[in-house]
Amino acid sequence: MAMLHLLLAAAAADPTKGLTAIGRGIVYGGAAIGPGIGIGLVVGNAITAMARQPESAGTVRTTMFLGIAFTEALALFGFVLAFIISG
Amino acid sequence: MSLLGVDVPPISNVTIWGSGPLGFNKTAAIYCFATIATILVFYFGTRRKDALVPSGLLQNAAESGVAFVRNQVIMQTIGPEGLNYLPYLTALFFFIFFSNITEIIPGVQFPANARFGVPLVLALLTWLIYNVVGVVKQGPLKYLKNSTIPPGVPMAILPLVVIIELVSTFVVRPFSLMVRLFANMLAGHLILVTFAALTAGLWALKVTVVIAPFSFLLLVAMTGFEILVSFLQAFIFSILTAVYIGSSMHPDH
Repeated sequence: MAMLHLLLAAAAADPTKGLTAIGRGIVYGGAAIGPGIGIGLVVGNAITAMARQPESAGTVRTTMFLGIAFTEALALFGFVLAFIISG
Repeated sequence: MSLLGVDVPPISNVTIWGSGPLGFNKTAAIYCFATIATILVFYFGTRRKDALVPSGLLQNAAESGVAFVRNQVIMQTIGPEGLNYLPYLTALFFFIFFSNITEIIPGVQFPANARFGVPLVLALLTWLIYNVVGVVKQGPLKYLKNSTIPPGVPMAILPLVVIIELVSTFVVRPFSLMVRLFANMLAGHLILVTFAALTAGLWALKVTVVIAPFSFLLLVAMTGFEILVSFLQAFIFSILTAVYIGSSMHPDH
């Protein structure tokens, strides 16, 4: 709760810079939650598949990288948007 | 902006075009290097193609590269019919890899794909290719129907699904290709710059010299990680191009 007072004081003192920084933080922070869980799910299931059938490890690994790239792209949209927000 | 005594330019410089004749700057020079490196690797690597057994480092490297793209990228996603696209995908993979790997080469230390000009062009090229392949192979109306209406959808929500699939296939795919490559390279570059500036700053202020080795160790670890990311992003761009071409060739019924 003390942090909230500090944040609001910083925002009130110089609204533009403070609020822009807070906005950027919220944009990327919110964007990183989903893909974090998603990539964990993808890799976890890939590890299970490789453990059940070691001969298919190569195919599973390739598909795992594909899945990681798809979900990571969503976090990167947020990252780029955080930079585009100007202030 | 001065960060611990090191001059760091504002982040909005990412969107500024370069100076010099026709905007030729460091980014353009790195792309020229990537083009020339790709051409030279495959020109000198295929000189002795009449011999039965490949010999020499460059020929083995070039043949391993082509075999990698053929087996891991094309055969896994499109199958034997996609081998027509082997030259384009090999060139794409090696071009992106060489323009990413300059991120960790001392003296240069800048991945040319950290500016979104060329990733945008490559993504638009991929978009053009998979749409033209779809239209030529299936006919325009059938291609549109197959790419917007997934099988087994109840008629009630069909309008909504068509809009979602339309945007997903024609807008989100090239845009995400571009953003994935651009943002990965930009983020890696910013991490390396941050830790290098942090180490320099901690070393400059005599009080905090004891912490500087930890920041330096993390910088070394992130450099190793960026080698992996450079290769991975080139591979992901190529394999996603192959997947999109494959889904235009054989629509899943």
